[in-house]
Amino acid sequence: MSELNLSAFTASEIRGGIIAGDFSAREVAEASLSRIEALDGGVHAFNQVTPELAYAAADRVDHMVRSGAGPDELPLLAGVPAAFKDNMNLIGTRTTCSSRILANYESPYDCTAVARMVEAGVLPLGKCNMDEFAFGSSGETSATGPAKNPWDLGRVPGGSSAGSAAAVAAGMATITLGSDTGGSIRQPGALTGTVALKPTYGRVSRYGCVAFASSLDQIGPFTRTVEDSARALAVISGKDPMDATSVERPREDFAEVARTADAKGLRVGIVRDMLDMEGVQPEVRQSVLDAAARFEAMGAEIGDVDLPTSQHGLSAYYIIGPAEASSNLARFDGIRYGHRAEAAEDVLDLYMRSRAEGFGTEAKRRIMLGTYALSAGYYDAYYGQAQKARTLIAREFTEAFEKYDVLITPTSPQVAWKFGEKSDPLTMYLSDIYTIPVNLAGNCGISIPCGFAPAEDGTRLPVGLQIIGDYFAEAKVFRAAAAFERDLALDVRSPLVRA
Amino acid sequence: MSLTEHEVRHVAMLARLAVTDEEVATLRDDLNSILGHIDTIQQLDLASVAPTAHAIPVVNVTRADVVRPGLSREAALMNAPASEDGAFLIPQIVGGGDEA
Repeated sequence: MSELNLSAFTASEIRGGIIAGDFSAREVAEASLSRIEALDGGVHAFNQVTPELAYAAADRVDHMVRSGAGPDELPLLAGVPAAFKDNMNLIGTRTTCSSRILANYESPYDCTAVARMVEAGVLPLGKCNMDEFAFGSSGETSATGPAKNPWDLGRVPGGSSAGSAAAVAAGMATITLGSDTGGSIRQPGALTGTVALKPTYGRVSRYGCVAFASSLDQIGPFTRTVEDSARALAVISGKDPMDATSVERPREDFAEVARTADAKGLRVGIVRDMLDMEGVQPEVRQSVLDAAARFEAMGAEIGDVDLPTSQHGLSAYYIIGPAEASSNLARFDGIRYGHRAEAAEDVLDLYMRSRAEGFGTEAKRRIMLGTYALSAGYYDAYYGQAQKARTLIAREFTEAFEKYDVLITPTSPQVAWKFGEKSDPLTMYLSDIYTIPVNLAGNCGISIPCGFAPAEDGTRLPVGLQIIGDYFAEAKVFRAAAAFERDLALDVRSPLVRA
Repeated sequence: MSLTEHEVRHVAMLARLAVTDEEVATLRDDLNSILGHIDTIQQLDLASVAPTAHAIPVVNVTRADVVRPGLSREAALMNAPASEDGAFLIPQIVGGGDEA
């Protein structure tokens, strides 16, 4: 058995170690898989573990190295252990969306972002647990049972990309992919002390990722460092003919930006009205103010900005998100794939019972909400109004970015909470209040660990700082995040990794 | 706005979801609670604001109309709950007068 402690390495250190002959890609795969074997019974970050895919990829990397491939030839993420949210197709795996309706669904093709990771040499460890169809902020709506937070197994890791966050925080994987429709990457990133990026809408193809709300969905990475996040984005981004919303942008060396970042002269805006909202844990609020003071001490220019329409973001989101979801989920009808009810009387009975048996409570709630918002007589009052609010929210961000390079807010109003604590749907929805406006506007945001705050029982838990950038301004976001990360030098290893 | 149980049943039919009496009652309460919050959006004066469907400009993309590799029939059918002769099998939709 390998003695490699993977949580001590970044992606580039793993690749470098393989090139230098310090260890083989196969040893990296063994170390990751044995960690999953040892810990995932408790964490449940994975819906499926794929040793055969990981070893096959490792052998390809080791073969290249033996054939003389060096730093210039070996792909960018060679030998890096990775995992993917279970809404992304990868041939040889099931894609279940943590739903009973897709429990046996075998991926017929590859998701573009996943394929790009595999081409870049990662070792696919498996598919990560999630809220059912990404409907949730805690991981608890998963039909396979919730993923747990590596900081405290009695607490949620956030959601919906619950397992992707937990796998990185538990030191099982170095990079995982999640999807973010209203905060589903950044919020679990905050609750697990990981670096979690939602790229600009259009930056990353969503082809092969099961659609939730197509005008909001975006794929992004979880990592332990900002530099790894930058490397992952470089690999997965770019135009894909299979997703008409994906765009080609001029090449930028994000990893170099992260490596050399400083905050001198950076204009950082504190979103004051959002920070002063009700329901924010005082220690979380203070962490953001401390972060602002740190930026100032590093030479950044700090100011305040208000985003008044963003306060209505939650309302707009819970119209647009469910409306698009109800349309996207119409395809699950028991005909071409997924669960089919037994002994149907006719095709309508087949549709209605297959869906009733296959979808969980939250999925049904969102389908109902979206169908209602789009139904005759209510369309203008809900969907129409929400789309107009979206225009104002985007405009507010654009105006703010005339004065500031990046904006900062808490990522989540509070630290990780206990299972079952938010049983009322609306209370759960409010936990995404800071992340949702960014999806509505379509720009980019990252969550990075900025400190610790106590839970109500005194448990020390990580706090996430959200750094928001303008459209396609990921380089500025990485610059701010990397400079902050280096200056703070926080030890964010979860108790599971320290053990 | 507030939904009645009758409206919940109507929406469930539109959404093709079979619902039990118990679910209808729970959904009515949950949806009304959520709509109570969502309705705050009506406070915004948006009469002169244009709607946004996508955050970035999205244009139609076309490609040359030529045959190219796609999903094989085998791959398309591999997740089918029931299939026969290379096609998806479903309950009879039309007719029914001349079945055995």
